Amino acid sequence: MGARIEVENLRIVAGDVGLVHDISFTVEPGQVLALIGESGSGKTTIALALMGYARRGCRIASGRVRVGEVDVLTLAESGKRALRGRKIAYIAQSAAASFNPSRRLLDQVVEPALLHGVLERAAAERKAIALFRELALPDAETIGQRYPHEVSGGQLQRLMAAMALIADPDVVIFDEPTTALDVTTQVEVLAAFRRAMRERGVSAIYVSHDLAVVAQMADSILVLRHGRMRECASTVQILASPADDYTRSLLAASRIGERAPDVSAQPSAMPLLEVTALSAGYGRVRDGKCEHPVLEDVEIQLYAGQAIGVIGESGSGKSTLARCIAGLIAPAAGTIRFGGHPLPATLAQRDRETLRRVQIVFQHADTALNPAHTVAKILERPLAFFHDMDANARRRRVAELLDLVKLPATLAERSCVGLSGGQKQRVNLARALAAQPDLILCDEVTSALDPVVAAAILDLICELRREVKASYLFISHDMHSVRAVCDAIVVMRYGRKLAQIAREDYARGPHHPYYEQLARSVPELRTGWLDEVLAARPAPTGVFVP
Amino acid sequence: MSPLLRLILQRLGLALISLLLVSVVVFLITAVLPGDAAQELLGQDATPETLAALRTQMGLDQPLPLRYLHWLGGLVTGNPGRSLVSDAPVMELIGNRLPNSLLLAAVTAVIAVPLALLLGTLAAVFRGGWLDRLLNNGAVVLVSVPEFLIATLAVLLLSVKLGWLPALSYASDIDSLSGAARVFVMPVLTLCCVVVAQMMRMTRAALADQLDAPYIEMARLKGVPPLRLVLREAMPNAIGPIANAVALSTSYLLGGVIIVETIFHYPGVAKLMVDGVSQRDMPLVQTCTMIFCAGYLLLVLIADVIGILANPRLRHAR
Repeated sequence: MGARIEVENLRIVAGDVGLVHDISFTVEPGQVLALIGESGSGKTTIALALMGYARRGCRIASGRVRVGEVDVLTLAESGKRALRGRKIAYIAQSAAASFNPSRRLLDQVVEPALLHGVLERAAAERKAIALFRELALPDAETIGQRYPHEVSGGQLQRLMAAMALIADPDVVIFDEPTTALDVTTQVEVLAAFRRAMRERGVSAIYVSHDLAVVAQMADSILVLRHGRMRECASTVQILASPADDYTRSLLAASRIGERAPDVSAQPSAMPLLEVTALSAGYGRVRDGKCEHPVLEDVEIQLYAGQAIGVIGESGSGKSTLARCIAGLIAPAAGTIRFGGHPLPATLAQRDRETLRRVQIVFQHADTALNPAHTVAKILERPLAFFHDMDANARRRRVAELLDLVKLPATLAERSCVGLSGGQKQRVNLARALAAQPDLILCDEVTSALDPVVAAAILDLICELRREVKASYLFISHDMHSVRAVCDAIVVMRYGRKLAQIAREDYARGPHHPYYEQLARSVPELRTGWLDEVLAARPAPTGVFVP
Repeated sequence: MSPLLRLILQRLGLALISLLLVSVVVFLITAVLPGDAAQELLGQDATPETLAALRTQMGLDQPLPLRYLHWLGGLVTGNPGRSLVSDAPVMELIGNRLPNSLLLAAVTAVIAVPLALLLGTLAAVFRGGWLDRLLNNGAVVLVSVPEFLIATLAVLLLSVKLGWLPALSYASDIDSLSGAARVFVMPVLTLCCVVVAQMMRMTRAALADQLDAPYIEMARLKGVPPLRLVLREAMPNAIGPIANAVALSTSYLLGGVIIVETIFHYPGVAKLMVDGVSQRDMPLVQTCTMIFCAGYLLLVLIADVIGILANPRLRHAR
């Protein structure tokens, strides 16, 4: 059964820097509390402190943590060890990294029960298989014999839940358990988690940055920012009448609607970009077919001034499409015509003018910007390369570009190492704009950002669409952001284009069943959404049909 | 055939191809060296006529590829020819010395490998602490000091100053246990200094890498005790790189102990090879080189196989 969790004046430091300041909260037995906030808000640090654990370099400076009758922070190391995995279990964000790659899954799943002497090995294995079944894992009898690399991400996340529940803990900590999953998988995993939690009545801490997910899982929400508590109230109250400004901005970011397009693509006879029967992939190419195809027979037409969104789950080939157009991957078959002329397959074959006209913005600004260069240097590179500008002209243009992406001009001389994630992504966009391209390929540009920051970047892109004459191919797995920015949506799966839906028809369904499934799987910011989705389904998910 | 077996056979095939290439290189290098064996043998007595006669007798007038094939055939069938200096079969010369070298390498490995693994593991577990810094700095010092200096210092201290040990080794001393100990202490000590430092640093790096991985944090949060954390969770994932480091270091023991054997006058293969080079005894030099290369390739192959066996992604490759 669930235990009561009490945290009083918790303070965690890294060296002299405070990470978590004066946090207090209570969770009643069987209740779920969500810790919500952007990255760096200290939510994982707090969750780990409940197990008396601090990561390298961090230290729990003061405060009190009671779980049931146990005062966790006063325990000796052996006492904490007896608690971990037995009374309190942890489910990590990246299941793929959190399983030992060289041990069989079943061995790892039953380990907590064996370590703490709760069950004999045979009994533990039987229980694990029962849990696999309960969590709707396929091949429950044999899946434990596999290694972590042999099962999918969604399955690993459920296996980790089985590992957490094997010793019947009183408290389970979920640390962003579905953040790395595709939306359709997320629904399944959330449903499995919630059923298992409710049946056992365990108390839980649910760490997430996604309010819509939290609304389905938690009874109450604690909003964190910079390691301080902003607000703590019941889920219903937070959603309906938030008291804190920051909570309101989080809610606003999660409710991004469609932004007014204002730009109607000038209908011209000839498309700017015309992709015909494009196939690409890895391995040897034979008769226009790859050994491991990623893209097959894809067609896209993009007119000047238009923005097309490409949506699909991981492995759908959407990034490969962008890379083919950018010239980073040579297609195996098909043609890409740009401005009426065929686009050479690789970067090396394209002349400077062609290179200038197609620019790509990568997902991770962290790795796309050279950490050794200043912002000015990063932006001046394309100016000098494509436009042969002299030093004065470059300086003026850098100021204009920074203004365009809403960054202060004083940033120019700073190294991009010290910038925030959102600022880096703006510099990343400005670099693409510096070339004055006709086509900008945006590859998951908001996926690595916190919701509030991502919403601001989407606003920026919409503004840029008005101010800068360019076309966009906007690649994302997030239905909200694609709808917000684009005039049309291309739906991809397994490397094929399934459908294309124009903005006017978004609301007018029904569209391709897979598009509908994707749209239905995006969590909505209200309690009870998950119940509706599950109720609307024909068959219960717990039954696995072989 | 199981994929694992195929993978291992593949590696074995690659190793054999490498060895063949090495044999070509070794043969070519010794062939282009100025002056041939006939000239060396006759020395000052050489006249064009005697030289030509001896060359015909030794088969040196045949074209290069033919001589190579002849030599390779002999090597494969275990008959790499006779020494040009002593006229004894090369196999016999090497056969006398190889056990000594292998013994020296084995004694060093038996001491150095466990020691290096232990120290490397300790350094990784307490990374950032005083023990880690001490071991790391010590290792850097030992690696950067040339081994002839370590050997000379050891002789100065243990033989000259303290008089505990003889400065030179003689094969006959190995017969008794105490004699063997006296012979081995200094060469083994010198070799250990170099090899332990290298292996320790590689072990530390490989293990520390794993200990910082998220799955170790997960194991900690399951309540796994520290010793089990290192040995059961982290070590299996570090074994591949560690095995390679050990293989590289021990192969160094096989072939690279020239300086140590020379300084201590230890009757091993490396010393034989050095003598062979100075006397232009090409069959001897070629055979020694090939033995060292084969030993090196064998050790690396073993390390590769261990790495494959330890990694389920390779073991269950589809």
